Amino acid sequence: MKKFLIALLFTPLLALASGGSVHLDKWPGSVSDKASLQSGAKLFVNYCLNCHGASYMRYKNLTDLGLTEDQVRDNLMFTSDKIGGLMAVAARSDEQKLWFGATPPDLTIIARARGDAGAPKAGADWLYTYLRSFYQDDKRPTGWNNVIFENVGMPHVLWQLQGIQVLNHETHKLELAVPGQLSPAEYDKAVSDLVGFMVWMGEPQQEFRKTLGVGVLAFLLLLFVVAYALKKEYWKDIH
Amino acid sequence: MSNQGKMDCGRRRLIVATAAVGGVGAVGALVPFVSSLLPSERAKAAGAPVEADIGKLPAGQMMTVEWRGKPVWIINRTKEMLDTLPKLDDKVADPKSEKPQQPAYAQNEHRSIKAEYMVVVGICTHLGCSPSSKFKAGADEGMPADWLGGFLCPCHGSTFDLAGRVFKAKPAPTNLEVPPHFYLSDTRILIGEDKKGA
Amino acid sequence: MAAGNFEKYKSDGSVGGNVLEWVDARFPATSMWKGHLSEYYAPKNFNFWYFFGSLALLVLVIQIVTGIFLVMHYKPDASVNAYGVPVAFASVEYIMRDVPGGWIIRYMHSTGASAFFIVVYLHMFRGLLYGSYRKPRELTWLFGVGIFLVLMGEAFFGYLLPWGQMSFWGAQVIVNLFSAIPVIGPDLSIIIRGDYVVGDATLNRFFSFHVIAFPLILLGLVAAHLLALHETGSNNPDGIDIKEKKDENGIPLDGIPFHPYYTVKDIVGVVVFLMVFSAVLFFAPEGGGYFLETPNFYPADPLKTPPHIAPVWYFTPFYSILRAMVWNFFGLDAKFWGVVAMGASVVIFAFLPWLDRSPVRSIRYRGPIYKTMLTIFVICFLILGYLGTLSPFPLGEVVSQICTVFYFGFFLGMPWWSRMDKFKPVPDRVTMK
Repeated sequence: MKKFLIALLFTPLLALASGGSVHLDKWPGSVSDKASLQSGAKLFVNYCLNCHGASYMRYKNLTDLGLTEDQVRDNLMFTSDKIGGLMAVAARSDEQKLWFGATPPDLTIIARARGDAGAPKAGADWLYTYLRSFYQDDKRPTGWNNVIFENVGMPHVLWQLQGIQVLNHETHKLELAVPGQLSPAEYDKAVSDLVGFMVWMGEPQQEFRKTLGVGVLAFLLLLFVVAYALKKEYWKDIH
Repeated sequence: MSNQGKMDCGRRRLIVATAAVGGVGAVGALVPFVSSLLPSERAKAAGAPVEADIGKLPAGQMMTVEWRGKPVWIINRTKEMLDTLPKLDDKVADPKSEKPQQPAYAQNEHRSIKAEYMVVVGICTHLGCSPSSKFKAGADEGMPADWLGGFLCPCHGSTFDLAGRVFKAKPAPTNLEVPPHFYLSDTRILIGEDKKGA
Repeated sequence: MAAGNFEKYKSDGSVGGNVLEWVDARFPATSMWKGHLSEYYAPKNFNFWYFFGSLALLVLVIQIVTGIFLVMHYKPDASVNAYGVPVAFASVEYIMRDVPGGWIIRYMHSTGASAFFIVVYLHMFRGLLYGSYRKPRELTWLFGVGIFLVLMGEAFFGYLLPWGQMSFWGAQVIVNLFSAIPVIGPDLSIIIRGDYVVGDATLNRFFSFHVIAFPLILLGLVAAHLLALHETGSNNPDGIDIKEKKDENGIPLDGIPFHPYYTVKDIVGVVVFLMVFSAVLFFAPEGGGYFLETPNFYPADPLKTPPHIAPVWYFTPFYSILRAMVWNFFGLDAKFWGVVAMGASVVIFAFLPWLDRSPVRSIRYRGPIYKTMLTIFVICFLILGYLGTLSPFPLGEVVSQICTVFYFGFFLGMPWWSRMDKFKPVPDRVTMK
């Protein structure tokens, strides 16, 4: 019994210890910032959509970001000629498997898939950290490695923006060896926009969902008031 | 059901109030279910407007394009073909195209934007078969001797003239439908959409 | 109190009255209405715990209606589409994005699955609190255990359908449980899968079970559960038989007609439930990553097990019991005993009516032993459930073994400890608290 109680006491602590160990930076963005989502969308179609698909997503949905159909057609539509078309990749998945060793995963719902039990929103933090954690590694076929995704198959596609990071093996910290087109602060902002777009894309109606939820709850509150009054009225009979 | 006699006013009022608010809620809850029966974004994308190139369509010939899974005929009518239309005004059911089977811009004698190019959905308005073209006048194609050219529906025998107008005393109730369309250029038509701003 | 001896409806001469009289002469409309609602006398002292029966019925309706609409768009197809995604997985995202209103229907169904178990667990706990399983309600309880078993099957089959990583590996693990059965096990698991791996054949048969077979059984059992309940009459928080004290008309003194009194009360319960349900649906549809598990947003990949797999939360107490068995007995390996323990931990509920030997039903008149035992049982159930969501670790294993012992001890020791308690006198009439 004593052992049992002690075990009981420590269970939550152990649970924490047995969980994930990598430190993730908090994603600083927001899915309600339309300008940020638009810039994220631009980065996404330019840098991600060459290899990764977003094949549950239609270009038309991008108009929810405050863009007109013509703006989407002119600036963002690279893989389809129809506004109702899917944001799928041209490369076939089995060919990609040959090039990269693995099929690049579809990114439509990657932000949701990268979440955790107990923290379903942590997917954004993972992506935000991951895209800022590439470093040069000559031992890898792509020349790149990643601190939080060891021996990752994906090269650092944003390196021209970020510059080249190297891993200091003594401090285990990343250092910027060659600056890129963007300053570190600008790069963090760009990645934050990109992650925001992926979070939004994981469930484009998420903001509407919450708005609708407020309305539904307000309505149910009204229904509760009348239903409760009705119950009170009838139960006056019962003693 | 049993104790309506002794039901007082306040109680009745509360029942009505609860039923009313609950009813509104039930109707609201129906919305996602009913709307899920409507065409999805995929169906809408598949039913998007289609472009047709009529540059190579010879006079007196017809081409078919698919729009929303239905055949849309584009007929390049000759002068002779167009001349048959006024002669048939007293034989067709709706000579002036008064029933709303066409956009306003095609409600005219030839039921088209440009007189020679007829754009029409090739689905009989009776029960949805696709009529066959019988362009030759006279009895050559198995039609009556006074036939001036048009369409015959193989299912129930409705006949239409070269503007898709249904003949009188036939099973089909209305003229063939003219879909929304407009000219992108002299030789390209977009079917499925009215001209923007028009 | 059962449907039966009610007078047929006599028309008052109006058109509606005539129609009703015509129907009632040919169909037991009046007697069903009266026998089960307007003249079904329920104890007047139902408390909070008595909401969960009607709520379970509500969730059943929600699941059936949303299910009907999901089937219109869902495709049970494990083959890969043009973009390299399994058709079944893509069809779920299609519902979430392309079908108008589809996301609400899908979230209702996924939230409803978890809500079903929450409501049913609370409903069962009510039975433990007030001895609702005791004579003469053993059959009501047995039908209820049947509902719980079928519900577990229904949930398990349904969980494969989105064809995500958790769907696939969860089904893989559970189907392999059957291979632990000596002699026939390996063949049995092949028969269940219809393939050597969980594949398209498995997906299609699970779909069939989920949308046709198990719902039919479930509806039948629910009807039987209610008919049996209405035959004996409801128990109550005092555990008293209200039928023993009747007035001159034969109506229990402590009984009130279910309709309108409990219909209006249950409506309030339903509205409160819907508020909680909507709060999850609209603000946290993933249920903190427990209602919709995050690895299930990856399509099924038979070549890669996710780093941490756990069953959905409502199965985790039983899953922990499975994992707790690590010893070989009688020449049979631990895997077999794990399956046996897990099966037994569910089925053992069916024996409760005969394990409990206390002279009173309700916890209100039982003594400290029952209260302690029930508390330990619930704590163990929760700990087992919690541990089942985690990856295995040494101390967790020890804790789950201890909890498993207490879990079974609660049931197997009951014939003895349930008699030893200090009981309070049971009143003649129900008390309103």
